[in-house]
Amino acid sequence: MKGLLDDEADALFQALADRTRRDIVRRVAGEGLSVTDLAADYDMSFAAVQKHVAVLERAGLVTKRRVGKQQIAHAEVGPLRTIRSMLAELEDQWVDRVQRIDDLLSGDEQAG
Amino acid sequence: MPVIDTFHDEETLTLTIVAEFAAPRERVWEVYADPRQLEQIWGPPTYPATVVDHSLEPGGRVTYFMTSPEGEKFCGLWELTAVDRSARLEFRDYFADEDFSVVESMPGSSCIYRFEATETGTRATYESVFDSAEGLRTVLEMGVIEGSTGAINQIDDLLARQ
Repeated sequence: MKGLLDDEADALFQALADRTRRDIVRRVAGEGLSVTDLAADYDMSFAAVQKHVAVLERAGLVTKRRVGKQQIAHAEVGPLRTIRSMLAELEDQWVDRVQRIDDLLSGDEQAG
Repeated sequence: MPVIDTFHDEETLTLTIVAEFAAPRERVWEVYADPRQLEQIWGPPTYPATVVDHSLEPGGRVTYFMTSPEGEKFCGLWELTAVDRSARLEFRDYFADEDFSVVESMPGSSCIYRFEATETGTRATYESVFDSAEGLRTVLEMGVIEGSTGAINQIDDLLARQ
């Protein structure tokens, strides 16, 4: 579990350590953008841009979906946790904890 | 579901959980007053909690550690600031090193637990105010995230035993 988290963090930091990739994340956030359109904006080959997108995909920052012949890249902001999402995650933990309390208390009734 | 309401405040980094239990508040209080019960409810089954020191009085400390599936220990401690038996518990929750000294570099949180008697049992309000977004992040990264499915399994286990 810890190892997995560390690996995820490594992938995330490596993915964002490159200026082009940070730029890609910004550009594909929201609506998303086809890889072709994206590649047209950079002074590098389509294959090179595709490679950057693949790194971002592996880090879980970008997902691709096929629309007709186009590959649309879309930024996943999940790994970049927002305060809202963190509070929501913590809330889930609390729901579990409250369930454990309820469980413990119901246990008395059944035992008694 | 015993959880009846939850509130988030992103500005003040506050999380509030309201729950209702079908037990008198003296019984709910016991969950916190008895370290063996507290450790049953604190951590998810995949990260079981062990309570070491337990002094539930103003100025007192409750120290605990949680053990990951790989055997790694995560230590924490509460510094109690207000204790009103069966009604209210206030404390600062900190990350600790293995000797249970507060890790000063890690942000903590301020917690207020309130218990009120209702017609059917107890209404509990749990409020946590985080010092910073990093504190929130660290709590999540302690691995406690894993809890959800584990907790469901634990409930099944408990039911099977009864």
